[in-house]
Amino acid sequence: MALLEVRDLRLSFGGLKVLQDISFSVEKGAINSLIGPNGAGKTSLFNCLTGFYKPKGGSIRLGGRPITGLPPHRITALGLARTFQNIRLFKEMSVLENAMSGQHCRSRHGIVSAILHLPSQRREEDRIRAAGMRWLDFVGIAEHAHRLAGGLSYGDQRRLELARALASTPEIILLDEPAAGLNEREKLDLVHLIRRIRDETGVTVLLIEHDMGLVMQVSEKIVVFDYGQKIADGTPEAVRADPKVIEAYLGTED
Amino acid sequence: MSDGASTLSAAPQPPLVRRSFLLWALAALACALALPHFANAYVTEVATTALLYVVLCLGLNIVVGYAGLLDLGYAAFFAVGAYTTGILTSEFGFNFWLTIPVAMAAACLAGIIIGAPTLRLRSDYLAIVTLGFGEIVRIIARNLDITGGASGLVGIERPEILGFKLMQVQHFYYAFLALALLAVFVCLSVERSRMGRAWFYVRYDEDAAAGIGINRVSAKLQAYMMGAVIASVAGCLYAAKMTAISPESFTFNQSLLILLGVVLGGMGRIPGVVLGAILVALLPEVLRGAGTYRPLVTAVALLAIMLFRPNGLWPDKRG
Repeated sequence: MALLEVRDLRLSFGGLKVLQDISFSVEKGAINSLIGPNGAGKTSLFNCLTGFYKPKGGSIRLGGRPITGLPPHRITALGLARTFQNIRLFKEMSVLENAMSGQHCRSRHGIVSAILHLPSQRREEDRIRAAGMRWLDFVGIAEHAHRLAGGLSYGDQRRLELARALASTPEIILLDEPAAGLNEREKLDLVHLIRRIRDETGVTVLLIEHDMGLVMQVSEKIVVFDYGQKIADGTPEAVRADPKVIEAYLGTED
Repeated sequence: MSDGASTLSAAPQPPLVRRSFLLWALAALACALALPHFANAYVTEVATTALLYVVLCLGLNIVVGYAGLLDLGYAAFFAVGAYTTGILTSEFGFNFWLTIPVAMAAACLAGIIIGAPTLRLRSDYLAIVTLGFGEIVRIIARNLDITGGASGLVGIERPEILGFKLMQVQHFYYAFLALALLAVFVCLSVERSRMGRAWFYVRYDEDAAAGIGINRVSAKLQAYMMGAVIASVAGCLYAAKMTAISPESFTFNQSLLILLGVVLGGMGRIPGVVLGAILVALLPEVLRGAGTYRPLVTAVALLAIMLFRPNGLWPDKRG
C-alpha cells in the first residue's frame, strides 16, 4: 500500500477547473516530484493535500487513512508536513522558536500546567527545545539558534523551513519549490539535504519543483501536470522521453 | 549529530526573568511595597487604580499582544467579574473568595459564547463583534433587576483574610499589588510555554502556524478565554474595593483605555504593558492642573508618543 494515495482529485474555483481527476501515489521511503509549467495546478494540488483547499471530489489517503477535507493542523498531526513556496517563517521569533513550532502537535501541555510549572511540563519543554536543536543541527544552522529568523540568509531561511517541518516528525514531507531563489551552489546543497532527509530519517519526500535539473537529479518518480491534468507519470528517463511532456514543458524550457 | 550541537541542545530553558533585569524589578517592587507608608491616601488611591490597570492591561495583552486579536470590548469581562461578586455577595450572601471561581467560570463561558463563533473570522470582524459584546453586557447590566439597573449595586461585602477585613485604601492597595504580581507571574509563565509560543506563531503568520500543526481557532479561543479570566478576577476585587458598582464603570471608554495602556507601552512585552498601564492611570491625575484643557493635553501627549515611538514606549524586541 502506498503511503500517499490520491484518487480522482478534482478542484474548481467557480467555473475554472483547476484540477481534473488527478490520481497518483507515493510509496513509503520514496523521493518523488510533481512538475508542470506555471499555472498547471501544482500549488493548488499541494494546497488540497495539506488541507488549505477543500477539493470538489476524489480522495486523498495517508497511510490508508482518508485525510480529504481535514483542516491543515489535523493533517500535519497525522504525519504530513509542508514547506511554503514563498518562505513563511515566524520572522520576528528566534530560529530555535521556529524549529520548536513543529513539535507543537507532538506535545500536549497547556496553559494551566505552564502556570503551575508542573515537572512534567518542564520536561516536555526540555524535550521540545532539544528536538528543535536537533533539527537545526540536521539542516546545519544550529549555530544561529538564538538569532531572529528574519535575519538569516535566504538559503538558511529555506533550511529553517525544512527543520521546522521535520520537527513535526512527519511520515512524508511536501516541499513547495524549495529551490526557488537559490544559486547553483545552494541547489547542490539542497539535493544533498533532500537525500539525507530520506536516507537518515526515513521520511518520504514529495517535491513540487520548477527547476528541471534538480528534479531529474533527485527524484525516483515524477508526475507531470499541465492545465490541471496529469499528462505523464514515471521515472525521470521515461518522463524525459515522453513526447507529451516535451511538448508541454521541456520543449519550451530547455 | 555533531558535538557542538549536543552542547547547544543541552542549553537550559531561559529563566523567567533575566538577571540584569531582576535587580530593577526587585527595586521597583521594594518601592511599590513601601509606597503606602510614605504616601497620603490620595496617592495610594491613584496607585491602586494604576495596579488595577496593570492587571487589566496584562490580561488584554494576552489577547492583543500575544495572539494578535483586536478586542474592543474587554471591559465586558471586567464587568462580568465585578457583577458576579456584587450579585453573589449582596443578594446571596456568598463569601467574597468563593465568588472568584464563579466569576472565572462565568468569564470562560462568556469568552466561549463570543469567541467560538467569531474567532474563525479575521481580526477586523472580531473587533466589531467584541465592540458589540461590550455594549451588550453594559446594556444588560443597565436593564436587569438583579444587576440593580442604571444605579447599580451597593453594599458589596468587603473581603476577609483570616479574620482580617480589608477596609482601608492601603489594604486594597496591597491586595491589588498581590494580584498584579500574580498576573505578571502568570503571563511570564505562559508567554514562554508551548501555548504562549503558539499564540505568537498564530499572530505572526496564521497560515504557517496551521501548516505546522497548530489549531488556530483553539489557540485564539484559549488566549481570549485567558484574557477574560484575568479581567474577571480584577473585576471581583474592584467590586469589593468600591462596594458599589454601576454600568458606567464598564463603558466602551473603559475598554479603549485598557487597550491604550497595552498599545502605549509596547504590546506583547510585559514591562512595556506594565508601564503603559501605569501611564494610563496616572496621566489624568498628573494633568489635573490643566483643568478643562486636560483632554486636549492628553490627546496631544498620546499623539506625540504614537508619532515618535510607534511601537510603544518600551517596545518588544521582536518588533
